[in-house]
Amino acid sequence: MAEADVITKNRKFKELGFYDNQENNVYFLLPMRFARLNQEKEVLVNEVGDHLVVREGTFQKIVQRELNKEDDPDLFGDLVANHFISESRIPPLIDVLATRYRTKKAFLNNFTMLHIFVMSLRCEHTCHYCQVSRVTQDKDKFDMSRDHIDKGIDMMLQSPSPHVTMEFQGGEALLAFDNIKYAVERVHLLAGLRNKSVTFVICTNLALVNEEILLYCKEHEILISSSLDGPAFIHNSNRTRPGRNSYELAIKGIELSKRILGPSRVSALMTTTNLSLDYPIEIVEEYYKQGFRNMFLRPISPYGFAVRNERKNKYETDRFLEFYKKALGRILEYNLAGEFFTEDYATIILRKMLTPFPVGYVDLNSPTGCITNVIAFNYDGSIFASDESRMLAEMKDFTFQLGHLDTHSYEEVFYSKRALEIVSTGINESLPGCSDCAFQPYCGADPIQNHATQGDMYGYRPTSSFCQKNMEIIRYLIELMDKDKAIAKIFESWVKSRS
Amino acid sequence: MLLRTRGISINIEEPVVGRITRNAGYTGDNSILICENGLPSSRIEKFACVLTNQESTDWQGDHPVVFKVPSFEHLNEGDLVVVSQDGNIKTLYRINSFHNTLLATERCNSNCLMCSQPPRDRNDTHRLYGIYEKMIPMIPKDCFELMISGGEPTLMGELFFQLLQLIKDQLPETEVHVLTNGRSFAWNNLAEKLSDLEYNRLMLGIPVYADYYQMHDYIVQAKDAFNQTILGIHNLARYDQRIEIRVVLHQQSIPRLTRLSRYIYKNMPFVEHITFMGLEYIGYTPYNIDKLWIDPHDYMDELGEAVEFLSGQGMNVSIYNSQLCVLPEALWKYAKKSISDWKQSYLPECERCNKLSDCGGLFTWNLKKHSEHIRPFA
Ligand code: SF4
Ligand code: SF4
Repeated sequence: MAEADVITKNRKFKELGFYDNQENNVYFLLPMRFARLNQEKEVLVNEVGDHLVVREGTFQKIVQRELNKEDDPDLFGDLVANHFISESRIPPLIDVLATRYRTKKAFLNNFTMLHIFVMSLRCEHTCHYCQVSRVTQDKDKFDMSRDHIDKGIDMMLQSPSPHVTMEFQGGEALLAFDNIKYAVERVHLLAGLRNKSVTFVICTNLALVNEEILLYCKEHEILISSSLDGPAFIHNSNRTRPGRNSYELAIKGIELSKRILGPSRVSALMTTTNLSLDYPIEIVEEYYKQGFRNMFLRPISPYGFAVRNERKNKYETDRFLEFYKKALGRILEYNLAGEFFTEDYATIILRKMLTPFPVGYVDLNSPTGCITNVIAFNYDGSIFASDESRMLAEMKDFTFQLGHLDTHSYEEVFYSKRALEIVSTGINESLPGCSDCAFQPYCGADPIQNHATQGDMYGYRPTSSFCQKNMEIIRYLIELMDKDKAIAKIFESWVKSRS
Repeated sequence: MLLRTRGISINIEEPVVGRITRNAGYTGDNSILICENGLPSSRIEKFACVLTNQESTDWQGDHPVVFKVPSFEHLNEGDLVVVSQDGNIKTLYRINSFHNTLLATERCNSNCLMCSQPPRDRNDTHRLYGIYEKMIPMIPKDCFELMISGGEPTLMGELFFQLLQLIKDQLPETEVHVLTNGRSFAWNNLAEKLSDLEYNRLMLGIPVYADYYQMHDYIVQAKDAFNQTILGIHNLARYDQRIEIRVVLHQQSIPRLTRLSRYIYKNMPFVEHITFMGLEYIGYTPYNIDKLWIDPHDYMDELGEAVEFLSGQGMNVSIYNSQLCVLPEALWKYAKKSISDWKQSYLPECERCNKLSDCGGLFTWNLKKHSEHIRPFA
């Protein structure tokens, strides 16, 4: 009898207000940052990269404790649900947030993945922006020796990562194809003993490619990464070679590679030059025409120039951003017309923004991707923190040389004072300017570029072209999604993991 | 579909669990004989119990019998039933169905506004476990799937784990689907204990109704339920347990539905299945109908966005308890014929619908309360 009373009392339904856990309108702030998107809107970003676009002035209201549940129930709910604020000092779901943070940074777990082998500095092209290659027959001087190949492979297989990528670069890597074969076969022999799976990539302009080479690639599951700068008049003007037929050879090579290896195993990289900046639409359309359904709008590389002047840097970055937006706009048009066609740089950033998963991309990692994600073995056996740092070395700047395959052990390279110094400057969580930047979780840190363009590894954000570029691209992507639901949907389709 | 009937019991001292047969010559253990034309003259002692439609008038034996059972139509050869002291004959397992459910307990630590099986605060776990302990070994080994529901099954405590262990041992090929609110697993040791069973055919179906604690707690009428459920899911994932998220669609859950879909993807991308379910008009729902009702036709935008977002990110999504004519065609591919056979019905107009065989229809109890937009396809 008494029990029955208790039951009916307990089971009586209560109103929504009864379930409010907030006491005295108090709430606590969780780590978050904000940035202004435009005149009307600002964006809040939490520690794991979730973002919320809100009306201008909202951040101020939140931190000044002027927000309350009654007036703004939806916003209040959004902020609590998305780990921006908490009604208790320690949020009840802090473990979930911690797991998400750990997941986001999981690209660090396996340490160095990408191992670049500069197989030869020789090239039959004389591209004007290229600072490193040589037109010569002198293999002994400019090709990587077999001894260094062996030592590089040994070092690669010491990586803690169960999966490593071996990327053959140049000059023109195919000029040393025999050595590539030698390397691939040696890796096959040794990788199993170390329980490693290895992905092979050859970076090539494809001028020298032929069926025999491609059949070998097919047999050994080697990926081809080629170059396509746009339509013939751009490509040929960027990439000079005797006969002015770089474009024709690239197209023929791409077609042949796709036929033999399958389209998914052939990619193309675009190098942006001053000339390209005037032709965003034409370049996108060229990629489309060649059957590509993704492309990478890469900024002009700042290497190969000495520390440049600030005004010029800014001007060039402005021009690049204008180019980028136009090209992205054309790509979006294809998508709005029902095609699936992605831009890789946006996709990387959007993955960081829209997915809960780790995104490891060398140029946008924090801690920096150099050393932790990539290492480069130069043709002469010297070891560099990244591909770019060996370019600096060609200009006699050896700041990022970590050692030499003949003289340094794995530990001496990766755990050296120099390596530590480079990586610890490459943590945007603690860099001036970046530490309170809303876009920090989407961005990265690039001590090498800072050093090359600004003279020190920490860099100075107000005049950094790396910062200017990323800040605007990230802002622009958020604004696009906020303004147009159709674009938001397209972006969501880009970030889906395709395995 | 009838799952329970009752007669006048004689000589039943404790619940008898057994397998239905109409064959008086049957020799298997634990059989319960149905005889519609008077008791057999011999062999009656071979049966655990005998059920008959006859009057008991002059019967003198000392064997368990239930007289005057009004109907046997719903009982098939091989069905498992429990016959209680008071003459109740309850079907536990139907041999011809894919939808067999064990009710673990009627107790619950939540009290959802739309609960289809309102909880009762009485200690039934030992009694029920005693029945299942006998019944589970009798279930055919090729049983495809068993559902365990409640109440809140984990409130069985230690017996919950024993029950799962028993099913795992007896029915190694059977998929087991436990409907739990997951709150108990906020205590990590329970999640760990579950994982110690190493039961890879076990899937936990856990409801999440909003991305914001206050709304979820209101819907389930329990303080701190949201945080416990999310922590529970998180702990279960730590041990790689298989999880399904179940979302019931109604007036309270719809406003934050698209946010919920994003919340699930961001915070629980590891779940194996997400299902969005139409409201059942039974249990508490009729009582709370003013707070709950929204014509499904009117929430299709929200549902479509939630489903397509999750599916677009590669997650496995279904829609349950919906009718094809109410769903936009783009969502048909997610619609499952989910309603258990014995609860499923159609409206009179469905008879002239050419999609009848693809459509999951309605819960029988929803014939009284359904979308205003049911239109047969011509
Ligand atoms: S580089 Fe610029 S955009 Fe990137 S995190 Fe630093 S301040 Fe922000
Ligand atoms: S008319 Fe009936 S059978 Fe046809 S789709 Fe609608 S609910 Fe289903």
